[in-house]
Amino acid sequence: MSNPVSNNSSVIKRLQREIVRATLTSREGHIASAYSILDILWVLYSSVLQVYPSVPKHGNRDRFILSKGHGSLALYAVLAEKGFFPAKDLERFSTFESNLGGHPDCNKVPGVETSTGSLGHGFPMAVGMAMGLKIKNSTSRVYCLIGDGEANEGSIWEAALLARHHKLDNLCCIIDFNHSTDRALDLGDVAAKFRAFGFETTTIDGHDHVAILESLNIESNSPRAIVARTIKGHGCQVMENNPAWHHRSPGLDELKVILDQLS
Amino acid sequence: MRRQFIKTVEEILEQDDRLVLLLGDIGVFGFRNASQKYSKRVINIGILEQSSISVAAGLAKEGFIPIFHSIAPFVAERAFEQLKDDFCYQFLGGNFISVGASYDYAALGCTHHCPGDVSLMKSLPNMQVVTPGDPCEFDMLFRQTYANGSPTYFRLTERKNNLNHHVEFGKAEVIQQGKKLTIVAVGPLLNTVIHAVEGLDVAILYYTTLAPFDGRTLAENCPSGRLAIVEPFYEGTLTNDVVTSMGGRAISITSIGVPRRFLTNYGTAEEHDRECGLTACAIRQKVEECLRA
Repeated sequence: MSNPVSNNSSVIKRLQREIVRATLTSREGHIASAYSILDILWVLYSSVLQVYPSVPKHGNRDRFILSKGHGSLALYAVLAEKGFFPAKDLERFSTFESNLGGHPDCNKVPGVETSTGSLGHGFPMAVGMAMGLKIKNSTSRVYCLIGDGEANEGSIWEAALLARHHKLDNLCCIIDFNHSTDRALDLGDVAAKFRAFGFETTTIDGHDHVAILESLNIESNSPRAIVARTIKGHGCQVMENNPAWHHRSPGLDELKVILDQLS
Repeated sequence: MRRQFIKTVEEILEQDDRLVLLLGDIGVFGFRNASQKYSKRVINIGILEQSSISVAAGLAKEGFIPIFHSIAPFVAERAFEQLKDDFCYQFLGGNFISVGASYDYAALGCTHHCPGDVSLMKSLPNMQVVTPGDPCEFDMLFRQTYANGSPTYFRLTERKNNLNHHVEFGKAEVIQQGKKLTIVAVGPLLNTVIHAVEGLDVAILYYTTLAPFDGRTLAENCPSGRLAIVEPFYEGTLTNDVVTSMGGRAISITSIGVPRRFLTNYGTAEEHDRECGLTACAIRQKVEECLRA
């Protein structure tokens, strides 16, 4: 695959604009959560994952599971950009008959591996997929992105125990560590926690494409964790670390300001 | 029934390499031979039921047919949302085999009782629910359904009928015909029901599949419009199925099941049967009351 890590900022800005516009019809969407993970997803789908947009269920594909399903807008924007479905579909995001909902549905959206939404489900499913690939002696890999708030869920840590016990070196967990739920529960040193659970762990700037790519390419005999320091709403000043933007769509005046900031 | 479960699954493990068994740290001794022979596909996954169901879903996504086995409350209640989201919503096939039906583990107290499992499982769209009445029936029903692509909850129990019935998934069996009342007898309570209504002019329909519910057999075998449902779980669990099956006919229904309260005694399952009115004598009394009404 080509190295996408240079000159990406214009693509990211464009995808960010598409994401914000996608929310205008339904007036729904977790835009700031999507911006938090957009860089990671872009690097994954551009340089790391072996995927087949015209044959989404190809047996040799790598699997990506968006465990924090409310970041769906970022996933949809990247999947559309990579040709899994037409970008025009984004305009109908979360409307009654749309395939693209507030949380992704694997039976509706090409390229979506698992339906997620309720937090703490995707990562243990990813562990099951990684176990299944091992049984089949497949060389495909499983990447799973969880939120730091999601790491409040006990099932995340249950799955982490299983991943180490079953030596799932084909599994990589990326933690979108934007601190948005510190107000409820301070996770402390997440990297140390994953390390203690037996994961080969790296901490990176989750918006630095070079760092993201380097961390995703590290080889290990253990399951891997990448703690990605991110900013919720990254790239759009009015949204950055602003809880008011957790789940909302902009009004027309706000849209102009946002699009200016993303231009 | 547990022994039959082990025997049946061991045989299918041999024949079908898609089958993967996840044990919630129970049944490990029973499956010791299978876990040696099929070490990649027989896994003692540990005591983390919610994640076990999600892991099973991940395995199903990779083309395997998972079985998860634990005690009823830890399958049906603790992991309920995982069953809903990871299997039923995503149209994945898997088998969830519980032991300790209702108060089989009476002495262990309320945390290990589970008379609400069938209500919960039947509330999930796409979930199939099977309550075998004896070991042979488990064998037949499991072989018929385990690979049909739907999630299926199997409710195993320590109790059994000792009747040699051929049972078919999705079908109720007419055990006897009768004019004055129709009894819906579920799984392991069939023997008790047969004994209870000896000499009475009542129909007995035997149900081992509860979802999907065979409403047609019921509608065709209820001439009186009077029904008694004898259910080994919370009373009223099957009432909606029965009402729907009768298609708007005027009917009277009596539910004879486990009362909807915590059973805080210990002792044996038989003692709880007496407490709950699920003995042949108590059932006959209630049936006679229905007939007099």
